[in-house]
Amino acid sequence: MNKRVAVIGGGPSGLECAATLRKMGISVILFDREAETGGHLKQWHKLFPDRRSSTEVLHLLRDNHQPDGIEIYSNTLVERIEETGNNFTIYAQENASYMADAVVLATGFDLFNVTRKEEYGYGIYENVITSADLELMFSSPGKLVTHQGVVPRRVGFVHCVGSRDEKAGNLYCSRVCCITAVKQAIEIRQLLPQTQATCFYMDLRMYGRHFEELYNEAQEKWNVSFIRGRLSEAAENQDGSIIVKVEDTLTGRPLKMNVDLLVLMAGMEPSAFTPKIITNQATAYGEDGFMLPPDPLIGSNRSGTAGLFLAGTCTGPKSITETLADARSAALEAADFLKEILR
Amino acid sequence: MNIEGKRLLWQDYQKVIADDNYYYARSCIRQNFFPGSEKTFLRILRDELGKDILDDAAHTSCTGIGYHTDIVPFETTMTVVARQFSLMTEAGYRNFVPSCITSFGLYTEILETWHNFPEVEEKVRQYLRQATGREFEKPFNLVHASDIIYKFRDEIAAKAKYKLVNKLTGEPLKVVEHIGCHYSKMFPHKGIGGAEYPYVLTGMIEAWGGEVIDYPERRHCCGFGFRQYVVQANRGYSLSCSRKKFESMEAYDPDMIITNCPGCPMFLDRWQYALSEMEGKTYGKDGNGIPVFTYEEVAGLVLGYNPWDLGLQVHQVPAELLLDRMGIDYDRSAKFKGLNGKDLGRPKSPSFLKFYKDE
Amino acid sequence: MTNWGYYIQKDRQIDFEANSHEVSAEVESREPSFKLCISCGTCAATCSAAVFTDFSLRKIILLVRRGELQGLESELTKCMLCGKCQLACPRGVNTRNVVLQIGKALQKFKL
Repeated sequence: MNKRVAVIGGGPSGLECAATLRKMGISVILFDREAETGGHLKQWHKLFPDRRSSTEVLHLLRDNHQPDGIEIYSNTLVERIEETGNNFTIYAQENASYMADAVVLATGFDLFNVTRKEEYGYGIYENVITSADLELMFSSPGKLVTHQGVVPRRVGFVHCVGSRDEKAGNLYCSRVCCITAVKQAIEIRQLLPQTQATCFYMDLRMYGRHFEELYNEAQEKWNVSFIRGRLSEAAENQDGSIIVKVEDTLTGRPLKMNVDLLVLMAGMEPSAFTPKIITNQATAYGEDGFMLPPDPLIGSNRSGTAGLFLAGTCTGPKSITETLADARSAALEAADFLKEILR
Repeated sequence: MNIEGKRLLWQDYQKVIADDNYYYARSCIRQNFFPGSEKTFLRILRDELGKDILDDAAHTSCTGIGYHTDIVPFETTMTVVARQFSLMTEAGYRNFVPSCITSFGLYTEILETWHNFPEVEEKVRQYLRQATGREFEKPFNLVHASDIIYKFRDEIAAKAKYKLVNKLTGEPLKVVEHIGCHYSKMFPHKGIGGAEYPYVLTGMIEAWGGEVIDYPERRHCCGFGFRQYVVQANRGYSLSCSRKKFESMEAYDPDMIITNCPGCPMFLDRWQYALSEMEGKTYGKDGNGIPVFTYEEVAGLVLGYNPWDLGLQVHQVPAELLLDRMGIDYDRSAKFKGLNGKDLGRPKSPSFLKFYKDE
Repeated sequence: MTNWGYYIQKDRQIDFEANSHEVSAEVESREPSFKLCISCGTCAATCSAAVFTDFSLRKIILLVRRGELQGLESELTKCMLCGKCQLACPRGVNTRNVVLQIGKALQKFKL
């Protein structure tokens, strides 16, 4: 009679959802395609807005497991989920299969592959990096140098790379990159007081609590400069520094500037590892590629299929706080569903 | 700079280039500026590669210049182009090869228009029928002449007498490559290598031993366009575009510039002269300027053809220093000798830019 | 030099590297709230001078930050120091002092 929920994905949403289900006394099996749980959080250094340590948050999430609680299958990629009568069969690689009474999809996101923005030269000009690369550099002291091994005199941040961009195939806004850019600009200024930081933005989306205050702090305390304009191209100077061309929209003139490091704020895309779902109700994906609940306003965790729930960034870009809240909400929905069966 | 990153991108922008049996559409103006180029293209294809290429006297200008200068309406241009295709079909060919890059851009644009709006194609068929009684078939393969040299660059390299290498030092020559805007900026997938990092000329340079320079203003237009320089007072705008490129590439000390458009080498070559007269400044070593070539001229040079048969005497920026650097064996005194050794006279020398008469 | 009836055109790109940033740095040090400006334009919207001239404090602050200083000295004389901009600014920039400090800095670093 013990009902079991399968959580697909061991990132922040998967871990929090599983932990919440355990607290309610429900059995959980969790599948993670990587060797260690934590998803993208593993590669992040500090979280906005108050620069909380990712490692600390990661350990908190992992420690929420009870020892005899969640069955975790690491290095397991779930390929297919099929509705079989009253429950679900989960198929992983090499035809391994598992049964569950309810499923929560917590498959998360992929970072936009910035080589698709050819004009920015990622992978060609070594001093062009992504926000994810920068987080890794923050985690390794002494690594915060240009490709030539020197401390950068100026770091440029390019907002909206792979988001709000018809050419990139993604019209939506990835929500969290603006605040990440501001956070990273402040971190650069903190770690390298002699280095300038400039953000090239289209709009500054400081939507969350304390975000606008962080922007204020970035300008007032840390002298970060902001130029409203989108990069048309990045090219390399002889010394390896990057020359950027941007329209300074507020003065109405083109501008060119040298930066020693150019950081591309890569947007979020739905995970390429989202498993195939075979159920009676077609699973809906929005035009943006993320999973689409039938009632996104009120039932943001429910898919079209009873017993199949959605948590975290698989339904769209979110911050960690939003992801965790969403994951707990998905757990509640799953528990509610199971009570219906138990009745 | 990591060239592997570029190689990965180049994989995404490949296209099918026909092997043989080409219908050649010459450029209306190219032969005036670079007289040897088209002839050399035909020579290379026929004599070196044994290809069948038809040089048809019946074809006309594609009217691309007129279209881009707002003089010729699009419907007229499409009908003229339809006639070109009709001539090709009549001569028994399916592979169309324009010599001019604007033509290539125009033909591609028209074929795309017809592909997406079949009713327009129908209309043009009607116009052509009414005007000339002709029918046409769309070309099976449409590529630019530089695509064909690109395709056979290794065969040319195998037969090459010279390489794009400094004979004295053994170092590869530093080459600036410049593609015509209409080659890939409009339809990136119709150009080898795409629009951001085009490969058509880079591939040739690599195959022939040279080293390509990537400089900040590489993507910048040379300023040719059409409508802006037709009026004399506007020419400063075009001139300033070329100047921007020269100022940017100067620090890299290039040995030569190669282009694949009729207008670009004309501008990049002649504007160096104009700038030297207006400002007194020359680019390149000791007032010699940076020589500019078409890809056919370069192919001819590496194959060991006589530079004066390639038409290099008409270049404003002298090519002699580069020829010496490559170690090419040629007769300096034959520069202004026409057919049968007739003396063609001498042009006036520029004030600042060096020009070799025939010493 | 020869003149054929056309001219080399001035590059209107803001060349950030070539421009001098001394004036901007000076104003920043003397009036730190200068850093808070987000170019929202509320100051210019309420400005008395902007009604009858093309004076725009929003633009002037931007140009100072970019190091584009030509013509700014005479532009600043249009400001009446009425203080409406300071009332309106959502970021709390001391706009009147910014105007005064820009004028002083332009004098100080006169080329």
